[in-house]
Amino acid sequence: MVWQKHDYDDIPGTYVFDGKRSNSAYNLNKMAFSFNSEVNRKEFAADMDAYCRKFKLTDEQRTAVLEGDFLKLLHLGGNIYYLAKIAVFHGLGVQDAGAAFHKITTDEFRQMLLNNSEGFQQELQKRGGYWNG
Amino acid sequence: MAKVICGITTSHIPAVGNAMYDKLENDPYWKRFFDGYAPVIEWLEKEKPDVVINVYNDHGLNFFLDTVPTFAIGCADSYQNDDEGWGIPTSASFEGDAALSWHLAESLINQGFDMTMCQEMKVDHGCVVPMNLMFRHLPKWPCKLIPLAVNTVQHPLPNAKRCYDLGKALRVAIESYPEDTKIAIFGTGGLSHQLQGERAGIIDVEFDLQCIDYIINDPDKMCAFSNTEIMEKAGTEGIEVIMWMVMRGALAPNVNLLHKHYHAPISNTGAGVLLMTDGTD
Ligand SMILES: [Fe+2]
Repeated sequence: MVWQKHDYDDIPGTYVFDGKRSNSAYNLNKMAFSFNSEVNRKEFAADMDAYCRKFKLTDEQRTAVLEGDFLKLLHLGGNIYYLAKIAVFHGLGVQDAGAAFHKITTDEFRQMLLNNSEGFQQELQKRGGYWNG
Repeated sequence: MAKVICGITTSHIPAVGNAMYDKLENDPYWKRFFDGYAPVIEWLEKEKPDVVINVYNDHGLNFFLDTVPTFAIGCADSYQNDDEGWGIPTSASFEGDAALSWHLAESLINQGFDMTMCQEMKVDHGCVVPMNLMFRHLPKWPCKLIPLAVNTVQHPLPNAKRCYDLGKALRVAIESYPEDTKIAIFGTGGLSHQLQGERAGIIDVEFDLQCIDYIINDPDKMCAFSNTEIMEKAGTEGIEVIMWMVMRGALAPNVNLLHKHYHAPISNTGAGVLLMTDGTD
């Protein structure tokens, strides 16, 4: 069995969610999907370890879920939209997760977003035709 | 005859849904973003579409990874929003148009687009946030909804060209429906953002504005991008821009641009709003 290589494998700091990842973390993502139901959320919150075992997570995945190690969970095949359903149990949103991926604070992450967008209004003016209030 | 009366693009992120729920429209962070929707809301109020075909992707509400259709169309009498697990408030249900949906599915399949037909389809924030952005000031949804879901979650995904061609086929399908029906097409999601990995947080204003320009004036240039090229620039979740191409394909080759709005950052994204109608050749 050979997983095919893809040109997107070379994008740095990026884990494109494809068949290989989805296959390797099916149970992890399936557990996260179950959190759409409140009954399941309550069961998980009551005993996270047991709930992970019920979904047959690997030891590595289970530890990362319990520790809220989202970079690890990404490495292990977690899909970001599904990981968001796990992150709420650690009181985290997608920006907190983004900050964790960079090992910076959420405020620093928000500042980074602002920096990345800096000067966009001048850019709009240059290109023309944009609404501006 | 049914007719495409406009194409609209919009963000669909949950943060926008929460901001509307919390009535933060005049908060300094949000004001410019929301103000830029006013001309679109006004136009829709005047032109009154009968049906919105909402092109979005499901993020793990209706479709789990057990079965991921590349293109799926709602063929039901109604659609419900539901609990996505992390607390975004649930919206009122939507009226569908089953006869039109089935006609579209049949026509698309006859044209070579093998749609998945869904008779029970929960619509997630990807579909609901745009509906709220356009219609939340009204006491109830003013028109019917047909959800059209594109897989942008689990690769391989369809590319920009394929989405554009789906839009063209959608136009043919619409124009072969005998009942007079005014249809607005929403292309949702984007623009540049990456939620995952050490590269999370990228926003590429220049690429976003280039995409907007291509989509309005030269969609073939957008079609020339591979999905990897789009992800390199716009981020893994920025790939959602391919859904704008479905909307664009459903319009005439030349368009009238009625409104163009961009703001960044909105949560983790660059956010673009377009309102276009058919132009003349
Ligand atoms: Fe999305």
